[in-house]
Amino acid sequence: MNHEKRYEHNNKRTGALRLYRRYLSILFRSKMQYKKSFFMLFVGSFLASFTIFLSVYFMFQRFPQVKGYTFQEVLLCYSIVLMSFSLAEIWARGLEAFPGMVRRGEFDRLMLRPRSLLLQILGTQCDIERFSRVLQALVILLYAVATSELRWTPLRIATVFFMLAGGCALFSGIFLVQAAMSFFFLEGLEFTNIFTFGLNEHGKYPVDIYGKGVLWVLTFIIPFALVQYYPLLYVLGRREEIRYAFLPFAAVLFLIPCYLLWRCGVRRYKSSGS
Amino acid sequence: MKKYISYFRMWLVMGLQYRAAAFGGVVTQFFWGFMEIAAMHAFHESNPDAYPMTMEATCSYIWFQQAFIAMLSARVFDGQILDSVRSGNIAYELCRPVRIYDLWFSRSTASRLSGAGLRCIPILLVAVLLPKSYRLSAPASAASFALFVLTLALAVLVSVAYIMLIYISGLYTISSDGLRRLCSSLMDFLTGGYIPLPFFPAGIRQVLELLPFASMQNVPLRIYSGDLAGPAMYRAICLQVFWLVTLVAIGRALCRGAERKVIIQGN
Repeated sequence: MNHEKRYEHNNKRTGALRLYRRYLSILFRSKMQYKKSFFMLFVGSFLASFTIFLSVYFMFQRFPQVKGYTFQEVLLCYSIVLMSFSLAEIWARGLEAFPGMVRRGEFDRLMLRPRSLLLQILGTQCDIERFSRVLQALVILLYAVATSELRWTPLRIATVFFMLAGGCALFSGIFLVQAAMSFFFLEGLEFTNIFTFGLNEHGKYPVDIYGKGVLWVLTFIIPFALVQYYPLLYVLGRREEIRYAFLPFAAVLFLIPCYLLWRCGVRRYKSSGS
Repeated sequence: MKKYISYFRMWLVMGLQYRAAAFGGVVTQFFWGFMEIAAMHAFHESNPDAYPMTMEATCSYIWFQQAFIAMLSARVFDGQILDSVRSGNIAYELCRPVRIYDLWFSRSTASRLSGAGLRCIPILLVAVLLPKSYRLSAPASAASFALFVLTLALAVLVSVAYIMLIYISGLYTISSDGLRRLCSSLMDFLTGGYIPLPFFPAGIRQVLELLPFASMQNVPLRIYSGDLAGPAMYRAICLQVFWLVTLVAIGRALCRGAERKVIIQGN
């Protein structure tokens, strides 16, 4: 009996990954049915971030530096933020579309299935066409690394990866909060876009250029500066303290309150009907 | 003409009902404007000589842009028009004794005006009361304010006439989604949505100023602060009128062509 139970439990675990892979393969195949539309969306999302890159480029044609940051340094920052945001957006797209799911009453159906809710939600959508942005970010990152005259120590390289992982976790957390909000407010809350698209777009510059107030909010309220500004200072060699390199890990703690809010929302969920 | 005006009034009143959604928009636009001005300050401080506008002109440019975004942006679409093409409901409209082009034109003008009407007042009110370095300052003169209002109206009409082309493209291709996504961010960039046109490199800027995109935001928002004045201003206003007439003519012709062989999709 006991043995059987453990077996079942194990099976459910490995099943989760397999199920997610299966969801992805279905999504991928269904997208491939509309190749032309896929291609248009691929190019479209490339252009969307490329125009932001162009505006940064044009600004630096005119101004050699901003608050002491050179073009290469800003590009390093921009590409890391863009890549972590795009990755989070690709895999957490289901969370972004979640309010619609609640409104249409589709969430009820998920609750009936004996599987993790988050897994099912993440499995409903995956915007692979947005990989064009990840590619773009990668090219910009490589360019910035190649042209900046930084001395790349192993810890600095690792810090770039910490920033990417931390940023991805932070944005996923914000998407989760956005999804959880839809339990409490049925109307769409447009202003929460500030923390997703807004942080992605304005995060192209190290956040201290926006002034002390913004830096404070982004350190203590939404810990964006922990994955962007502080570790960047370490990468650029403006700070020698090693703890700056590890701050992105502190940002991952942000996921805990996000998850708790989500759980709280699920518990008090009442179907909107229809 | 009368029927289009009453359609216009109907949609205007309808659009003004969505107050809760507009409130979310106000908060977002306000934050956006604030961050943009903060970044511009940082550039200004790093090299004031290379800065092509005055800081006051930049502030008023950004605040008006955020306040009127629903009206001037090249990426705001009327969901119902797009839906009517996709779902086939356009068949009902084609049966009525109205011209599709004029109907859509009055409809998208109305939805743009109502969207902006709900959002602009709180944003502008707060922007006027901000500390000096972020404040929306008074217009350069009474004359430039009058011209601002005139060119703003022209700008809305040019934006609508341009957006109409994208709606009409939906009649030719089944789904205008891809095209829309492909164009919208590029258009946004070319109208000066990310950085005002004076910040573009000189060669590119000269070309851009001739294109219809410059007529959509650039002209009124710079006339207000006196950043655009004198002969250059008159030339810009003439270009606005030119593009309005041209885009409407193109749109009408395309629409007539589409109406003749439209295939109704739908279920």
